[in-house]
Amino acid sequence: MKRRSVLAGLAALFVGACSKIAESGPGRSLLDAAEKWNLGLHDLLGRRTALAREFPKEDISPSFRGNGTTDPKEAAYKAYAAAGFADWRLSVTGLVNTSLSLSLDEIKALPQRTQVTRHDCVEGWSAIGEWTGPQLKAILDLAGLRPEARFIVFRCADSLAGGPYYESIDLIDAFHPQTIIAHALNGEPLPVKNGAPLRMRIERQLGYKHAKYLTGIEAVATLEGIGDGGGGYWEDRAGYQWYAGI
Amino acid sequence: MKKHALTTRIWHWVNLVCLVVLFMSGLGISNAHKRLYWGHWGFAPEDAWLFVPKFPDWMTIPGRYDLAGARDWHLLMAWLFALGLLLFMVISLANRHFQRDLVTSRAEWRWSAIRADVVKHLKLDFTHQGSKFNFLQKLAYGVVVFILLPVMISSGIAMSPAMDANWPWLIDLFGGRQSARSVHFIVAWALAGFLVLHIVLVLLSGPVKQVRDMITGGEA
Repeated sequence: MKRRSVLAGLAALFVGACSKIAESGPGRSLLDAAEKWNLGLHDLLGRRTALAREFPKEDISPSFRGNGTTDPKEAAYKAYAAAGFADWRLSVTGLVNTSLSLSLDEIKALPQRTQVTRHDCVEGWSAIGEWTGPQLKAILDLAGLRPEARFIVFRCADSLAGGPYYESIDLIDAFHPQTIIAHALNGEPLPVKNGAPLRMRIERQLGYKHAKYLTGIEAVATLEGIGDGGGGYWEDRAGYQWYAGI
Repeated sequence: MKKHALTTRIWHWVNLVCLVVLFMSGLGISNAHKRLYWGHWGFAPEDAWLFVPKFPDWMTIPGRYDLAGARDWHLLMAWLFALGLLLFMVISLANRHFQRDLVTSRAEWRWSAIRADVVKHLKLDFTHQGSKFNFLQKLAYGVVVFILLPVMISSGIAMSPAMDANWPWLIDLFGGRQSARSVHFIVAWALAGFLVLHIVLVLLSGPVKQVRDMITGGEA
């Protein structure tokens, strides 16, 4: 027991030193720099445009776990859900030539992409599902992206712990062929726990980037002024990395 | 000629810091989802092959549940760890440390020789003639440097969804992302076991001289 206390004491000292480093200016910048190195390495490999693996249908997992918000409590969302999401609209705003407000029927009338992909949660688990929806590129082309636009921000109907969920990606991911606005999972309309009626699929990044209950797409020049500027709900709330390719 | 080359000594201590931070922040990451699976996917209790205990705060970096913070530490130190190992390997080939000290001869693999070496270890007799390391040492260091550490790096990279898109062969090497995660966890504990054994053997074989030699280089 005594040896164990010594070990625990040593560990506590070490953990304490690490916290001090993480709280110091240079320590914090070093920890933040690693995120840029990862993004840089993936860029350097030249293949941030590479396609995520698409699996055969028989690899689809028997169910698809819901995480984060799995049943939005907002009255407005509940009203949409009760009406089968018939009146749901997706707005496209910000640095675009033409702002749009699309109905689900209009979204389903666009050319569709279906992909069976693996979803990786930052917590560690994975699930495989078949997603269907138009490419984000098709919608951005429809609205016409202005040259100043650098990021695409996703607005959501759900709140977690009192704050609205949102996320953002850069234009490489926005125009990637597998970045789709999914309205179906495994051939059925999206279940509520998985983001009904619309959610993003940002294959090649972790699950928290795949905004659910999608209400709006906003093209911006900078992430400053969006939430606390971190680029997403978890980025602002808990310091998650904005680039979640790793 | 020093007992330990300068590059070996620098790598030894940098690597110690890396492994301790990686291990402790890794336990923090493990606390976010305390089940392990085989194959490409897995999320439910019925799919798990192992239920992992929650690691107490004193074992994790940061010292409380903070997945984002643990990942920051883990992904920063992974760079130092991977580049350090790569450099150590290149230099140790160039200065012939590997060829001179780690390559085993056919005679050492004879059963009688291995048994004699095990018996010597059990009698806590750590003297050896000729080469710098005895057979069990060469075997342990060889397995750690050429198998366990590279497996940690490759299974870690295989968990990155962006890297999987770039290098799909890597995930196939492990048979799926959840398999890579399980291997990463198992080998992490194997390395922790090596560290404990390593420290015990240093303590049994003149710890002051051993640690001093690993700092100053010592006499060959």
